[in-house]
Amino acid sequence: MTQIELRRVQKYFGPIQVIKDLNLVVEDNEFIVLLGQSGCGKTTTLRAIAGLETIDEGDILIDGQPVQHLKAADRDIAMVFQSFSLYPHMTVFENIAFPLRATRMNRSDLDSQVREIAKVLRIVHMLDKRPSALSGGDMQRVAIGRALVRRPKALLMDEPIGALDAILLEEMRAEIKRLHMRQGSTTIYVTHDQVEAMALADRIVIMHEGVLQQVGTPSEVYAYPANLFVAQFVGSPVMNVAAASVTQAGSGASVRVDGADEGFAFPPELLSRLEAKRGVSGQLSLGIRPEGVLIAHEAGEGFMPVEAHIIEPLGSFDIVDLTVGSQFLRARTRSGFVGKAGDRVFARIDPRQAHFFDNVSGESLGVRL
Amino acid sequence: MAHIQLKNITKNFGSHTALKGLDFEIRDGEFFVLLGETGAGKTTTLRLIAGLEKPDQGQILIDGVDVADWGAAERDVALVLQQYSLYPRFTVRENLEFPLKPKIRRVPDAEIKERVDRVAKTLRIEHLLDRKTDKLSGGEMQRVSIGRAIVRKPRVFLMDEPLSALDAKLREALRTELKNLQMNLGATFLFVTHDQIEAMSMGDRIGILNNGNLVQTGTPNDIYNNPKNTFVARSVGSPPMNLLEGSLRDGRAIVAPMNFELPYAGTHNAGAGADGRPIIFGIRPEDLYLESGAPVEARVHDVENHGVEKIVTLSAGDTMVRATVPARTELAIDEAVRFAWNQDKVMLFDRASGVSLRHVGPFEARSASTSE
Repeated sequence: MTQIELRRVQKYFGPIQVIKDLNLVVEDNEFIVLLGQSGCGKTTTLRAIAGLETIDEGDILIDGQPVQHLKAADRDIAMVFQSFSLYPHMTVFENIAFPLRATRMNRSDLDSQVREIAKVLRIVHMLDKRPSALSGGDMQRVAIGRALVRRPKALLMDEPIGALDAILLEEMRAEIKRLHMRQGSTTIYVTHDQVEAMALADRIVIMHEGVLQQVGTPSEVYAYPANLFVAQFVGSPVMNVAAASVTQAGSGASVRVDGADEGFAFPPELLSRLEAKRGVSGQLSLGIRPEGVLIAHEAGEGFMPVEAHIIEPLGSFDIVDLTVGSQFLRARTRSGFVGKAGDRVFARIDPRQAHFFDNVSGESLGVRL
Repeated sequence: MAHIQLKNITKNFGSHTALKGLDFEIRDGEFFVLLGETGAGKTTTLRLIAGLEKPDQGQILIDGVDVADWGAAERDVALVLQQYSLYPRFTVRENLEFPLKPKIRRVPDAEIKERVDRVAKTLRIEHLLDRKTDKLSGGEMQRVSIGRAIVRKPRVFLMDEPLSALDAKLREALRTELKNLQMNLGATFLFVTHDQIEAMSMGDRIGILNNGNLVQTGTPNDIYNNPKNTFVARSVGSPPMNLLEGSLRDGRAIVAPMNFELPYAGTHNAGAGADGRPIIFGIRPEDLYLESGAPVEARVHDVENHGVEKIVTLSAGDTMVRATVPARTELAIDEAVRFAWNQDKVMLFDRASGVSLRHVGPFEARSASTSE
């Protein structure tokens, strides 16, 4: 049972504040992914929890007890890094057993614990090999085994599979998740890769320039991004964002992207919802993911004529760049749906998938239809 | 503007053969992508065309002329690499002017200015012209590198993984920008990458390199929907195509004996005598679907949320298959599910050679007679 809590944590490197007022509760057994670009403070946060970095203000609590004054060794937390840091002169068995040596455990207990973790990680047949004889994936398995063998309160991982090739990376991703389910240890995992974060996390913590942007399940951060940064960081291809003005048009609302001749049709309640959230027309942006831009070959209710620009065929689907006024909107379509660049098609925005952001603050107005 | 042809090119480095009998052409104004893993021979091909290496065998023709005796400078190609080799103490403008200021054959100052300004506008780096290059972000630096290549109007652009060092979002943006640029310039591009998404999204045609051999060339659609063998089948598409060993019997696919069976009526695609022959079935993740009454039982091994969809790994017997499902599908790990495949989308490969049965049958004869 391990709960980790950060309260008002501040951290400076010289004059630069790298963690700004961070508050976070990691529940027992939870798999949390800290996601952000390099320099966003995610690794510093992880190292502060591990005790490898001091903090300047605030509290770090493990199971309710402040630990910020404890040394790393006294926090009972294990860490796995991208570089494997195995002892090259020891066998896999000796590497995994190493953390247990200090505990003066008797030989048969030690032996059975090492074998048990090796079985979970499917490296039993390698126990007598030296690290130099292993592949990258297997070395990382050993490193994870070494971290888990002493049953730490929590497991912290810093881009543990970032150095592996694409196929191995996908395989290890599934394995890390299954391992977590079986072992059930509280895990905090750092990555810059949004695909990895979405695939692994119970909840994702998105950081930018030392500031926590949003905490939520993968579906939440994808469907309800709190601000423009999150909206454009999570999801590929990136969410379309365009400055837009919203007006009344007949019995409905119209959302006109800057530079376009006409607006996209929206249901009338958009106007009142925006007003309730104090959305100021003229400083709004429309956000829409490529799958929310609908395309048809025929003109229809709510569809406006647009020109297809670049078509990116990705096999199972295409991404089509549409010229709307002076902007591009990228749409996800069935492959081959739009024949070639320059074709005229008709586009509509799915109101239920539209997001509205305040241009100045970048915050989502929380208006969803 | 140029047309490039490689004829039977072989290149050895010591005892290692980097390229084996390479034959392909890049048409005038085409965006051609070479896709392959590290060590496949992509960069060597590019360096041969640039004139930085000499082939041991074969010919390179630019606009129909054998360029064996031409130096790199005479070939008039522009090279853009992953590492931006800009002059750090120069401004962006000075970096862009540099290729236009050779010691011989000076370009008039007014023309230099005009060309630099036009390139800066195309690449949207006008506001950076007076900045030193060491003050730029990665994406800006790569734009300047590309600008420096464009400014002297070369016959061919050769690009070696120019986007690999950039972060995901920037890579996505520059992908469209590069494609757009190539379309506007009408220039011939050879783009080398290990990233199948870049290859699919930008290439007019793609060449797949494996170990110094060119396995297949074709449009992104050809490569994706009609791969020549299992290697090509796994090179494009994410997650990759499922490959399942088995055989056909009386209109059923028997997958890896004792594991599961699926209906397969499409013998037209297999040709005569396919019954009982050792086969690899290829099925893309989007062509597998989960349904309560479906013929095969499996357990959910893993679920990955990708926002717009979910990727599910299923274990059936001792076989793992991947399926893409709509984002709203709720699945728990270890849950029992049933799945089926879209019969029309199943591809058959010979188990011994890995070659697609479509490509060894009458299809090959047809494609050979229509090839350029």
